[in-house]
Amino acid sequence: MSEITYKPGRAPHPRETRRIFRNIDRVGYDPSIECFMKDGGYETLKKAVAMEPAAIIDEVKKSGLRGRGGAGFPTGVKWTFIPKGNTKPVYLVCNCDESEPGTFKDRFIVHQDPHQLIEGMIIACYAVQAHYAIIYMREEFPEAAKIVKRALSEAEKHHFLGKNILGSGYDLKIILHRGAGAYICGEETGLINSIEGVRPYPRIKPPFFPAAIGLYGCPTIVNNVESLCQVRQVLMRGGEAYAADGATRSPGTRIIGVSGDVQRPGYYEIISGSITYGELLYDLCGGPKPGRTFKAIIPGGASAKVMRCDEVLKGRNPDGSVRKMTIFDVPMDLDSIAQHGSMSGSGGVIVMDDSRSMPEMLRNLNRFFAWESCGQCTPCREGNPWMLKLSTRICQGKAAPEDVDLLKSVADNICGRTVCAFGEACAWPVQAFTTKFRDEFLALTRPVNAMKPHNPETAEARKYLTRED
Amino acid sequence: MKEQPDAIAALAATNPSPGEKFYPPFQVTPELTKKAKEYIAMYPEGKELSAVLPLIHMVQEKHGYICPESVIWIADMCNSTPIHVQGIVSFYPGIRTSCPGKWHIRVCHTIACALSGGEELLAYICEKIGINPQALTNEHPIAVSSDGLWSIEAVECLAACGFGPNLMVNDALYSQMDRAKVDALIAQYSNKA
Ligand SMILES: Cc1cc2nc3c(=O)[nH]c(=O)nc-3n(C[C@H](O)[C@H](O)[C@H](O)COP(=O)(O)O)c2cc1C
Ligand code: SF4
Ligand code: FES
Repeated sequence: MSEITYKPGRAPHPRETRRIFRNIDRVGYDPSIECFMKDGGYETLKKAVAMEPAAIIDEVKKSGLRGRGGAGFPTGVKWTFIPKGNTKPVYLVCNCDESEPGTFKDRFIVHQDPHQLIEGMIIACYAVQAHYAIIYMREEFPEAAKIVKRALSEAEKHHFLGKNILGSGYDLKIILHRGAGAYICGEETGLINSIEGVRPYPRIKPPFFPAAIGLYGCPTIVNNVESLCQVRQVLMRGGEAYAADGATRSPGTRIIGVSGDVQRPGYYEIISGSITYGELLYDLCGGPKPGRTFKAIIPGGASAKVMRCDEVLKGRNPDGSVRKMTIFDVPMDLDSIAQHGSMSGSGGVIVMDDSRSMPEMLRNLNRFFAWESCGQCTPCREGNPWMLKLSTRICQGKAAPEDVDLLKSVADNICGRTVCAFGEACAWPVQAFTTKFRDEFLALTRPVNAMKPHNPETAEARKYLTRED
Repeated sequence: MKEQPDAIAALAATNPSPGEKFYPPFQVTPELTKKAKEYIAMYPEGKELSAVLPLIHMVQEKHGYICPESVIWIADMCNSTPIHVQGIVSFYPGIRTSCPGKWHIRVCHTIACALSGGEELLAYICEKIGINPQALTNEHPIAVSSDGLWSIEAVECLAACGFGPNLMVNDALYSQMDRAKVDALIAQYSNKA
């Protein structure tokens, strides 16, 4: 197709490279298969089914593609974890549970360009020889559920799904399974339990990957929506060409969602590592709101550790010498920010300016995690409401200085002692906020509060011991 | 093996809600059974249990919530026990055990929306539709207006964070909301059949 025009006010920034989001907000583009095919859709699939499955896995490995669901695990490598000589059916699940606060990329793919995902999925299924696949979609996407269901039946009519796909002898069925509003269903083993129709408690590891034992006890590959769309890009471009763009260790494009206190929040698709956080926030997002300055950035979804904007970080020059830098100088690939103690996760950047109270932000996150804990492990189930109580108390000015340390120690004791990575996800924000903005937390506390009861029962019991002032 | 319906009813007790007049009561019809079988057929042989969530969604969409009778029926369809299905129902925040209003508003109050005023908007909507925000607690996250027309729920991230504050009315998402837009939205839905 010729020139692409975008809806008014939705045109990409010149520094963006739109591949996955090429058709998002495009004028005259709808989710129908005709529209997709006019734009070159399903051509890559034709190429793929003519290849050997193992050759596709090789191509994806060569591309260096890494998962976009948060952990950044190499996709091609994950696919090879299916046990050798496996005789059980293989399943593939697309993780469209998108519920990490700050992340909003998969939503637009499934609403506006569902066939892109389906094509990527068919290619991935063919590569791992799965004949049954599931799109696990969060319940809060009811419109997308209709759109994707329609898209699946369109694809079937065109013989891209069903029996003997494009005459290759390969069969595949894809169904849509909807969640019911639980964040923990994004965790891959919780997700699998949710599909099995039992409570979605994450499973005990090992096995570390459901590729060994997953859905119905069979090898199961779980991949994020964006990862599967990237698989299509890999096949379209060829593994080596794909690997040539962007950061060496995390090539390709990335979709970054920016929310919070910037002039132009929204989604941006960039070549991985091609810009820094500073360029993203000042050039693409137009800088802080009038009269404000940036204070803190959460670089990769709510569970990533917060970064102070005035924090001095140590960067390394090409010659090995150390230089001083700030978060604004860190390139936006998957690994750079990890060297500074945070993570780039799912690409959701949440920005806070100097008008924000950090304890209040942490209280909000604590509420999220307290609400979403599945309740299976004691540290997580009990620790999260406790942390919420502590941060609420701090925000209300009813806490003592020791409570700040207590808050951090609760987090320290959750981390690493739980069944799933939710334990880390809920502890990291607390650890980072209370360490990096300690003064702000302490400023809200008063030593005398240590003497005061926190609930009516203790108040009654200590009636004659404490004074109200 | 089936548990006593009475015991299940006690476990799954639902609060009466003024919203019930807008939804037909749960009833097993041949169409419902047929649709249920279609859902079950989507999953591999012998994996009927996987259809629990789709069946729950099907019932909830039509009847507004999951009543004890529907729990028993779903268990029957999926070759499971009511107590197992009840365990699923009680796990997910998206599954309701009492009837919402005709228009169910879900307001996101997670960090990104909170940064753009989501929490204030939640309070404002509560006031507009005559619901005491104190009625929204972790135990009862949904509150229904006395005329049954509206219900409100504070929810976590709706995955549209860059365009907050976000809210949903039944199946539709509304982004970048403010008080004026909420006023218009409520006026629009008040008159909608
Ligand atoms: C608590 C928790 C929540 C998660 N939520 C999501 C999610 O909403 N979407 C997603 O794609 N991955 C999520 N993940 C990551 C998945 O477990 C899994 O790593 C991912 O789907 C793998 O896909 P990828 O290799 O394509 O990234 C979550 C992980 C954890 C621990
Ligand atoms: S860490 Fe939390 S969310 Fe994960 S399994 Fe344990 S209790 Fe559940
Ligand atoms: S925080 Fe409200 S949509 Fe994500």
